Amino acid sequence: MTESVLEARGIEVTFRGRGGRPARAVDGVDLSLGRGEIVALVGESGCGKTTLSRTLLGLERPSGGEVLVSGRPLEYSAAALKKHRRSAQLVLQDPTGALNPRRSVYEAVAEGLRVHRFDGDERAAVADALARAGLRPPERFFLRYPHELSGGQRQRVVIAGALVLQPQVIIADEPVSSLDASVRGEILALLLSLRESLGLSLLVVTHDLGVAWNIADRIAVMYLGRIVEQGPTEEVLSAPKHPYTRALLSVVPEIDHVEPIVLTGEPPDPTAIPTGCRFHPRCPALRDGAADAVATDCRGKELPVLSGTGGHEAACWLTGA
Amino acid sequence: MAVLELEDVSVTYRSAEGAVPAVRGVSLSVDAGRSLGLAGESGSGKTSVTSTVLRLLPKSATVTGRVLLEGEDVLTMKWGRLRAVRWATASVVFQGAMHALNPVQRVGHQIAEPIRLHEKSVSEPTARKRVGELLEQVGLPSRVAQSYPHQLSGGQKQRVMIAMALACGPKLIVADEPTTALDVMVQQQVLGVLADRVQDLGLAMVFISHDLSVLASACDDLAVMYAGQVVEQGPSDQVFDDAHHPYSRALGGAYPRIGDLRFRYAPSGLPGDPPFPGEAPSGCAFHPRCPQAREVCATTDVELRPSGERRWSSCLFAPEVGT
Repeated sequence: MTESVLEARGIEVTFRGRGGRPARAVDGVDLSLGRGEIVALVGESGCGKTTLSRTLLGLERPSGGEVLVSGRPLEYSAAALKKHRRSAQLVLQDPTGALNPRRSVYEAVAEGLRVHRFDGDERAAVADALARAGLRPPERFFLRYPHELSGGQRQRVVIAGALVLQPQVIIADEPVSSLDASVRGEILALLLSLRESLGLSLLVVTHDLGVAWNIADRIAVMYLGRIVEQGPTEEVLSAPKHPYTRALLSVVPEIDHVEPIVLTGEPPDPTAIPTGCRFHPRCPALRDGAADAVATDCRGKELPVLSGTGGHEAACWLTGA
Repeated sequence: MAVLELEDVSVTYRSAEGAVPAVRGVSLSVDAGRSLGLAGESGSGKTSVTSTVLRLLPKSATVTGRVLLEGEDVLTMKWGRLRAVRWATASVVFQGAMHALNPVQRVGHQIAEPIRLHEKSVSEPTARKRVGELLEQVGLPSRVAQSYPHQLSGGQKQRVMIAMALACGPKLIVADEPTTALDVMVQQQVLGVLADRVQDLGLAMVFISHDLSVLASACDDLAVMYAGQVVEQGPSDQVFDDAHHPYSRALGGAYPRIGDLRFRYAPSGLPGDPPFPGEAPSGCAFHPRCPQAREVCATTDVELRPSGERRWSSCLFAPEVGT
């Protein structure tokens, strides 16, 4: 395992929820991102994956646990945060929303440099970032406006805006889910090539297991504020241990399909996290009797937090041991 | 019998830069109890095609060809007849339609609205009862009728929209990216609801998406559009797994088969961008991006030809079928 550039240790983030009940959006997560590593953080809407990634970026202050940057705890002073946000950049889902329609490509990419009072050659830095993001020759794009670009080109501009500050880490929140099929592969290939050429570390937040299979070294599956399964992508997706991961995999639309396991029951609610295993009210293994032997533990016994670093592990009383 | 039949339909938009042909000679048909997936990238014309079905296009659009709904040409219908046909014969579920729900009205009231408009004689208790049944058909408890939109999740709202589309017992449902904004689990639920309706009620469905893998798993047949034309058509599984057009192959390849090591660290894309409507290249419109293009592709006009049992492709190098 290479040294970790960004790490969550026992992170908890609690918001004030509806009716005053606290919502435990992130409820004890260990996760580390090694140098040059691509990790996919997978889960459904509301599982806490976006809150976790915002906490890793220093945009959200954890109510428990700590964020480690290259092994040192992140400080929350204005100067330390500014420095951290330079080395860890965020790429969002919808490039059309992320770009100001009245700003040229050059201005969009240069903005980060200006915020961080870059004192080098701005023009050269912008051109370099655009070229790395695959917009070549970069000068041809300087004066273009977002509406003159295709969806894929816009996402490349957003990525160039992240690259221009030469970050160590990019956190990409659903980087391809709003893009057309043919563009999707191009953007994923770009992310892979940035790891090769720049040694970037990448945390890809997605609900799309296909994205993880395409580019991630490791995958962490999140459910209701916790990571419930994690490990090398090939192991987790070829031989998932956790019933939740199995259900997620079964609904990936493909043809020769296994019978989809459609989860029923109420959508998970972070203001009322079930006791024991938090997945137990919706767990197919518990419902069909496969987990009878451990059912008491499932309903009542808290699971330990997964280490979030190396091998394949699952937080499940039935299959995790 | 075909519920919907498009014959050589073209859609041209007038714009400041002149006429923009968005759809160029599309012919399709969907039978009762069958679903047709319409695939293509942004700007390929798929939404323009389906908007002709209920004449939902803006005034700047000119439509030619014939759009037959249960044998009756929609394009020549009088306004009153068209109003009667909307909702009652064919209805549409749009992408992000859930945002169209009125936030200050209970969803039950909103589902009942088309019923009240189309069946003036219907009594309030009957309408309420039908709303409850419709909600159950889409897998929601009937008490959801009492909810306001903000109390529902995205998937629940999308199912409310489907219930509304089913309210007047249409023969055809057009679903335009109905699951694009939804999570995989919710997507599976919504797709299941639609597939069940097609089967149980013998509905015809046209399903639009840019995601070939979703279409392949949800529909019987697929039509793939590029630059305003259908370039391949056939049974879903065959088009997805063994495409007869390089463009369909690229679209299918964009979604990895999880577990297949060929896709590990090898996302497959298609270089270049689709042409702007109205700027389609000569010959085969796909030739500038086609990995298999030869010189002849730029100069020869192509059209959809049979390429197998119930299969059609416009690629010059698709399998030949003796006539």
